[in-house]
Amino acid sequence: MQCPKCHAAMHTYNRNGVQIEQCSGCRGIFLDYGELESLTRLESQWTQQAPPPPAAPQAYPPAPAPAWGAPQHGHHGGHQGGHHGGHRQKGFGRMLFSS
Amino acid sequence: MTVSVAQALSAVAHAAAPHAAAPPSAPAPTPPPAPPCACPRPDVLADRPDGTVVRHGAVVAKSHAPGTDAAALTARIATAAHPLLAGILLPPLPVPPAPRSAARATGPQGFTAELHGRPVSLWPYGTPVDPDDPDAAPWEEAATLLARLHATAPGALQLPAPLPPMRGPAKAARAVARMRASGPHTAGAATAVLRAWAGLPAWARDEAPPPPARTALCHGDLHLGQLVRAPSGAPREDRWLLIDVDDLGAGDPAWDLARPAAWYAAGLLAPDVWNRFLGAYRAAGGTAVPSGGDPWPQLDVPARALTVQTAALALAKSAVGERPLDEVEELVVDACARIASLPPELECEAPS
Repeated sequence: MQCPKCHAAMHTYNRNGVQIEQCSGCRGIFLDYGELESLTRLESQWTQQAPPPPAAPQAYPPAPAPAWGAPQHGHHGGHQGGHHGGHRQKGFGRMLFSS
Repeated sequence: MTVSVAQALSAVAHAAAPHAAAPPSAPAPTPPPAPPCACPRPDVLADRPDGTVVRHGAVVAKSHAPGTDAAALTARIATAAHPLLAGILLPPLPVPPAPRSAARATGPQGFTAELHGRPVSLWPYGTPVDPDDPDAAPWEEAATLLARLHATAPGALQLPAPLPPMRGPAKAARAVARMRASGPHTAGAATAVLRAWAGLPAWARDEAPPPPARTALCHGDLHLGQLVRAPSGAPREDRWLLIDVDDLGAGDPAWDLARPAAWYAAGLLAPDVWNRFLGAYRAAGGTAVPSGGDPWPQLDVPARALTVQTAALALAKSAVGERPLDEVEELVVDACARIASLPPELECEAPS
């Protein structure tokens, strides 16, 4: 594919599972639909993981979530007890039952 | 005024409830202040400006919102009574032709009456989900019921009046208007909500017609309070059914998944609960999202709208009640802030 700006050839790279195209001329980057969200998600996961060094690899792939999803997605998968434990009582119950 | 509505509703429910030893003579004057029978005391299940619900033994009487569109309500209740929706929606009870009742049957099939200028309907009482134990909630059953509801073509019902369009965008717009009218709000919170709202496509804000899509039968107001166990004596006693047809409509079924999706995206609903819900919906052939892969291309816009709606209502209520947001409401406002910070070029308008 050709760069829409300088018309040089674009090369495909894989960064953390996200395909990006970079122009060999102007170094501009082209992202397909959804790729920026994927990068944003990876970034937020990275900042989540940063303070403690990453431990065991994820046993399960994280469930798909929107770009604006709460950053803890994919880190407590299958472990409900750790999911906003402090919030899960009154207010949570009330919200689940109201219009 | 609502007290008298509740009392009158109680009388209607009482008149419709089966009585083991009803007095053979002397029908009670309306409304009876204390019904002379072995009924349990009437129980006001809900009393809000948009509806009052009173239980009397096995019967629940619901007074619908003032200004309810009578033709739309008739279509919605006829849908609940339709054989195609048996086992999905709780069917209504016919309003008894009781000349002494304060209510007068008005619906063509006798499922609605008018009381104090508001439409009234009658329903069998079903046991709701335990609000103190949301973890035990029937998520899979709710998803399966939705999938079956969405598989029903509105046109196949041949209703007395057409079912109105699904009003997800209209309800979100109403919540935002209510928030705007209720100020002043915590600095920043309302701004985040309004910015998240402004980033939605015009149709999702009810400012343009929705993009052409498959129209399915939609519940329109799914939450855990909308499930009850089928009453005793029902064909399949004890299975879960959907209740509350006031928002039933035809439209994009993804809006019915949007509230749980919004809870998940806000970090309120644990990923495994969300996966159970979504998995059950897909396993039951639900059509709102593809059967595999990422469901968010379909869910993103409705879930953003429901996040805004939930946050806007929370802010409106906190302003009126002069109380701070609770932690759960804060998380939904936080989700609005994340939506508001999305770069504008990522907003996916409906393909033209």
